[in-house]
Amino acid sequence: MATTIQPQTGAKPATSLTNEEILRYSRHLIMPEVGMEGQLKLKNAKVLLIGTGGLGAPLGLYLAAAGVGRLGLVDFDVVDFTNLQRQVTFGTSDVGKFKSEAARERLSNLNPNIQIEAFETKLTSENALELFKDFDVIVDGTDNFPTRYLVNDACILLGKPNVYGSIFRFEGQATVFGMPDGPCYRCLYPEPPPPGLVPSCAEGGVLGVLPGIVGSIQAMETIKLILRAGDSLIGRLLLFDALGMKFRELKLRKNPNCPMCGEHRTINKLIDYYEFCGVRGEEAPAPDVQVPEITPRELKARLDRGDDLYILDVREPHEFKICNLNGHLIPLGELPRRVHELDSSREIVAHCRSGKRSAEAVDFLRKAGFRKILNLKGGILAWSDEVDPSVPKY
Amino acid sequence: MSVKVMIPTPLRVYAGKRDSAEFSAATVGEALGGLTSQFADLKKHLYTEDGKLRAFVNVYLNDEDIRYLKQENTPTKDGDTISIIPSIAGGSF
Repeated sequence: MATTIQPQTGAKPATSLTNEEILRYSRHLIMPEVGMEGQLKLKNAKVLLIGTGGLGAPLGLYLAAAGVGRLGLVDFDVVDFTNLQRQVTFGTSDVGKFKSEAARERLSNLNPNIQIEAFETKLTSENALELFKDFDVIVDGTDNFPTRYLVNDACILLGKPNVYGSIFRFEGQATVFGMPDGPCYRCLYPEPPPPGLVPSCAEGGVLGVLPGIVGSIQAMETIKLILRAGDSLIGRLLLFDALGMKFRELKLRKNPNCPMCGEHRTINKLIDYYEFCGVRGEEAPAPDVQVPEITPRELKARLDRGDDLYILDVREPHEFKICNLNGHLIPLGELPRRVHELDSSREIVAHCRSGKRSAEAVDFLRKAGFRKILNLKGGILAWSDEVDPSVPKY
Repeated sequence: MSVKVMIPTPLRVYAGKRDSAEFSAATVGEALGGLTSQFADLKKHLYTEDGKLRAFVNVYLNDEDIRYLKQENTPTKDGDTISIIPSIAGGSF
């Protein structure tokens, strides 16, 4: 393998293990593929994890356990209850804590011999190069397109490997980008999809074990890069289908005309990735779906008054089963062909989980000629917070 | 000649929840044409308004990217598998 991970200048590389480390890593040391030499490579390696959530959980746990000497954890988010179904680094008592700090505590307990740094910050075009420069391998466990392009471009500009993993519902992808002889993320996906076309995990859901499997594959590839062992996923996209329990692989080619890693680079610095991906913020609705709204409290007051309001629920049937406001269910995707079920002379309040899909529904219905239609601001989540806490949030 | 088209999870909602479909086709373009005529909702997710494959949708014939073959004119043979590989970004939520 042509890969070389250069030890960083500055601190002197470790040349020996303590007796405690020898005992701890004995199952590595007795393997000729790792041995003392490999374990010292791991000890001298510096790996930066972008995201400490679903993919970051097995990554952090296995890389810390394996004895990677310096681990950086970048995450600005806070642990919430919905994370615990898959982000196995965290326990119930961590809810409310910063993820990077909670992960640092957990990993330090797992392996006190390694150095772990928590960066409680959002990765941005302003800080990425500075954060990346001290690390040998960057591992991308993020959850959105702007950050994926940012991680890719920063890795290419600095010449660092980018161990990539991505998941959706039951499917995962993994590969290694950013090696001199291999492709980059832009070779595979020159352009991001327009916002809204591909749902995020929060909208689309994800089976909890899936990030465990894909993150473990990323951890394995990271360790192989450090050990310079085996056949890396460079130039191969591994696809995992958990439902069919099938692994497939596709060839990834370096695009000679790639604007980032091709022969004639046209992108020489980090750009505004939110603009590039057509989004200004991950959860912000597109500016064209500004629609008339009603707050949960206003809706409650009007229902209590006996106003004739027709509640339209645009979520999916399986969400309706979790909780509902006794609305008429027409999933957003079916609205165009089921619009005849609605009476435009009645006043309609559309809602979904968070208010985003129902804003699209209201926008669609207004364009279809409906005039008396309002969007429930904040959806069922806000209804639960402001009106009826017995309605579960999900 | 029967060619299998694999439909990825994010697009199954537009394809009657199917994970694959088989078509008789001599080229990749014909197979994709068969797919989008059977599942009309898929079309706007795969093609731009002027009929070009979208840049964030990768199409593979077996394990090779059709961009490095003859694009949609790439000939297919019996038993080939076409995969649509859209961008997915999930990870750490």
